[in-house]
Amino acid sequence: MSVEKTYAEINAKIKAGKAVVVTAEELITLVEEKGLSKAAQEVDVVTTGTFAPMCSSGAFLSFGHTKPRMKMQKVWLNGVAAYTGIAAVDAYIGATEMHEDDPLNSNYPGEFRYGGGHVISDLVARKPVKLKALGYGTDCYPRRNLETTITLDEINEAILFNPRNAYQNYNCAVNLTDRTIYTYMGMIKPHLGNANYSTAGQLSPLLKDPHFKTIGVGTKIFLGGGIGYVAWNGTQHFPSMIDVEGKELGSAGGTLAVTGDLKQMSPRWLVGTSYLGYGATLSVGIGIPIPILNEEIARYAAKKDEELFAPVVDYGDAYPSFTPGNLGYVSYADLKSGKITVNGKEIPTAPLSSMPRAREIATTLKGWIQKGEFQLTEPVKTLPSPADGFIAHSIKED
Amino acid sequence: MSPKRIVLRFGTDISVKPIVYRLVKDYDLVVNIVKADVNPQKEGTMILEVTGDQSENGLNYLRNLGVSVQALNQEIVRNEEKCVMCGACTGVCPTGALYLERPSMEVRFDGDQCVFCQLCVKVCPMWAMEVSL
Repeated sequence: MSVEKTYAEINAKIKAGKAVVVTAEELITLVEEKGLSKAAQEVDVVTTGTFAPMCSSGAFLSFGHTKPRMKMQKVWLNGVAAYTGIAAVDAYIGATEMHEDDPLNSNYPGEFRYGGGHVISDLVARKPVKLKALGYGTDCYPRRNLETTITLDEINEAILFNPRNAYQNYNCAVNLTDRTIYTYMGMIKPHLGNANYSTAGQLSPLLKDPHFKTIGVGTKIFLGGGIGYVAWNGTQHFPSMIDVEGKELGSAGGTLAVTGDLKQMSPRWLVGTSYLGYGATLSVGIGIPIPILNEEIARYAAKKDEELFAPVVDYGDAYPSFTPGNLGYVSYADLKSGKITVNGKEIPTAPLSSMPRAREIATTLKGWIQKGEFQLTEPVKTLPSPADGFIAHSIKED
Repeated sequence: MSPKRIVLRFGTDISVKPIVYRLVKDYDLVVNIVKADVNPQKEGTMILEVTGDQSENGLNYLRNLGVSVQALNQEIVRNEEKCVMCGACTGVCPTGALYLERPSMEVRFDGDQCVFCQLCVKVCPMWAMEVSL
């Protein structure tokens, strides 16, 4: 008999402290031991996790007003420009914005030591941050200059809003050229010298719900060590399914826009990150609970590294020149083994996404749910799924 | 007898001389070349581990040639607070001093295998690998 559960039933069990909650890795073991049907009947919630550099992250900050009042036109936080073209004392600090005096790649490969992601880390670590602002002066907002120090607790609001996080899957980067390259996938040595990849594989949230059956607008999640929500689909959300060795799999496609109150997050789960020769960003910890409403949801949530594949892409030439295609697919089991074979050559692999931290997130979220502190939310709107057939467009030049 | 770890710095004139051969042949030293950057066009560096009764004599031979000999007292350390165990360093570490423990995928650092190339210092996205004096 196939199992059917509702959000309300699962939440009632969570409230009563009776919900069966396992991490995505534990579900895999359970399915191997008891079979899918039995596991789907027993388990109420599966927790996932990922901790990796996630570009398209940032925070809305509302500083509060000065006396006399000021309409800020330019704003810097610890020397990193924030965008204040939204209101008088509101600004958005983006993760990849660099310090004004950063030499960038002028001394290639540049170090990119301090950017917007680092500002967010410092804020959430409760460090004082220098605020500099310029205004042009109006009758209602006469002040033109401000230099002061702010802390996260003193400003009115700080809302993490990341327009594109939690990539469903990602390329495994290699380099076919004869020079070392410095990319957002790390340092890649020439002639297929190494391969870098960046997902948590069998713990990764969107790989475990590839058809967006449960993750949607309003889904309550672990975000940056606190509570957050799925706000919308992420930018560049192009869910589709790929066929690898006759298996239907999630492509790079799906992404999430996520948001939450920065004040209740932790510097352990929002870490400023630098990539030699590329730039700075923010590493974000995200964990998403998947309610096991039926056996189909359990089947996807139980996919293991052997059944999840990443495309191998040449970042020396094909990626920068926007040449479609790839060098084949490798499983996350192979990637995590430390060696893959590309074009007949065995090459070492390294992750950019932390498995120990992903596991810690999934385990933490599991604990919250088991204690009854964290109830599941049914999406108020589902996200575009592979069936919707979204495709990416590139910029057309005149 | 535990080996001495030393850093040699020398001019272009030395780079064409078989100094390691001399340490072995004339001073009966066991020499392990940990790292070498020898180029007749520029100043060279070498990190050696030397073991033997006459090691001090051997080092004096190098000094008399004009080679700067310094004990290797710098080391690479991992700042455990900053490390998020992503594993990015394991792809560039040439000796496997930084490696992933499987299946946990935790990053381990074996300082004995480190040759002080400092690649990890540059590529660590969290600046967790530090040079300690």
